[in-house]
Amino acid sequence: MLEIKNVYKTFNAGTVNEKRALNGLSLSLADGDFVTVIGGNGAGKSTMLNVVSGAYSVDAGSIAIGGVDVTRLPEYKRAAYIGRVFQDPMMGTAATMQIEENLALAARRGQKRGLSAGITRAERAQYKELLAVLGLGLEDRMTSKVGLLSGGQRQALTLLMATLKKPKLLLLDEHTAALDPKTAAKVLDATEQIVQRDKLTTLMITHNMRDAIAHGNRLVMLYDGRVVVDVAGEEKKKLTVEQLLEKFSEVSGSSEADDKLLLS
Amino acid sequence: MDFFGSLLSSMPGAVAQGLIWGIMAIGVYITYRILDVADLTVDGSLGTGGAVCVILILNGVPVAAAMAAAVLAGMLAGAVTGLLHTACGIPAILSGILTQLALYSINLRVMGAGTGAGKANLPVSVDKYRLLLSARYVRAADATNPNLVLIVAVALIIGVLYWYFGTESGCSLRATGANEAMARAQGINTNVAKVLGLALSNGLVAFAGALLAQYQGFSDINMGRGAIVIGLAAVIIGEVLLSRVFRNFALKLAACVIGAIVYYMVIQVVLLAGLSTDDLKLLTALVVALFLSVPYWKGRLSAKKGAQKKGGASRA
Repeated sequence: MLEIKNVYKTFNAGTVNEKRALNGLSLSLADGDFVTVIGGNGAGKSTMLNVVSGAYSVDAGSIAIGGVDVTRLPEYKRAAYIGRVFQDPMMGTAATMQIEENLALAARRGQKRGLSAGITRAERAQYKELLAVLGLGLEDRMTSKVGLLSGGQRQALTLLMATLKKPKLLLLDEHTAALDPKTAAKVLDATEQIVQRDKLTTLMITHNMRDAIAHGNRLVMLYDGRVVVDVAGEEKKKLTVEQLLEKFSEVSGSSEADDKLLLS
Repeated sequence: MDFFGSLLSSMPGAVAQGLIWGIMAIGVYITYRILDVADLTVDGSLGTGGAVCVILILNGVPVAAAMAAAVLAGMLAGAVTGLLHTACGIPAILSGILTQLALYSINLRVMGAGTGAGKANLPVSVDKYRLLLSARYVRAADATNPNLVLIVAVALIIGVLYWYFGTESGCSLRATGANEAMARAQGINTNVAKVLGLALSNGLVAFAGALLAQYQGFSDINMGRGAIVIGLAAVIIGEVLLSRVFRNFALKLAACVIGAIVYYMVIQVVLLAGLSTDDLKLLTALVVALFLSVPYWKGRLSAKKGAQKKGGASRA
């Protein structure tokens, strides 16, 4: 479903701030794979999602989604294939627009936007049902401005928006990191439910190694802009946090500072 | 005549000017509030609207067609600003300034069309041409009264914009202004949305220019000078006065027009009170600067109060 081949990405090339974020990254996801991604700060996790979504262009290499080469496709066109939830709850929704308007925008992802109604009555009824499933009481506040919602509510809404029109690929960039533990667990539960229900191919970055082990059928660890650990199936199920840390020190040549970064 | 007598007799004119500039202010609202771009193209495109409209009328084109051409010219100017910004990567505010400057020459050329040179002022007489409106009839009690035409125009514009911003295309414009990253993630071509919004805005501004030129009986190279500030003043006055009551989008647009009318009424009062017209722009700039800084200072003040409360609690 997703094919990242030998991708390089360097920021501020030729300056003192030069940072090689992706260093020959290759990763291939089968249809229905739910892959959790871990790695220290600067390992290239977010950059990976951003080159896949098209927010950043690549220096070299190629990216294909569902067999379509999207390497040169602008972000807004790739959006036809991709649903995204960002780390910052502010980023995934339009604060000054209503809840139902945000959903209606998401429902038209990948479609031509013409002069027909921005939201129809049938849609309203559908959104009401979908919001009720979240259990946050948003179904009674359909015309409230999203800016009035809490971070957790906004993140849950963004998740709903990202999956409203079934994406070929779901990208989750530490989407629970900015939430309090209780809300984070709720949003993660909702994520698991939706991904299972729609059998979505998913890439989920997380800082939390327990979450990385508990969710998905496959786990990859990035280090220095490359995949250094890739475990799946039974092996992943049996994985422990200690083993992960061990694997990390193996590949990184270990230093305590790095371990701390990974745990943060 | 006493002060109040002359004030009263100046009000129909103030309302007419307010209605015309209110249409212009709606254009400013689209860029400044919906698209979140401060677009300075309007200082030029207002004049473009007037110039194109008058030169075409003088050359025998029907008034309606001349006004349509004025709108198209304004939309083109807005699109140029949009392309400078999106396709050439120039900051939005600078793109607007560049277009505005270029329009100065273009407006001179348009008004001087056929003479081989530029022209700074072009009169059009309501006696010779069937203009849509004229200041001469501002106190007339019949259908020639410009305020009648203007109210119909304003209502039509608000109606059409209310419909448009409810469509898929209109929603994509609003999303672009509200959160660009999110808009792109939802598959919206934000560059197209910006160009579209700027074109729409400047089309309205040029329409206001075409109305203003007919109303005052001439098009002038300086008619758009400081237009952005007057437009902002109208938007802000409208919001300050009515944002608590007017929640609906159509009413918010109406608030811009009411803001413009209030602005021109206040101008009449201060002029009659003895202020020189030479000082008007200074006064306008001061008023707009004041109102733009109020939300900022309010925020700082409440942040300070919040910090004090916190500090107090920790000491307790």
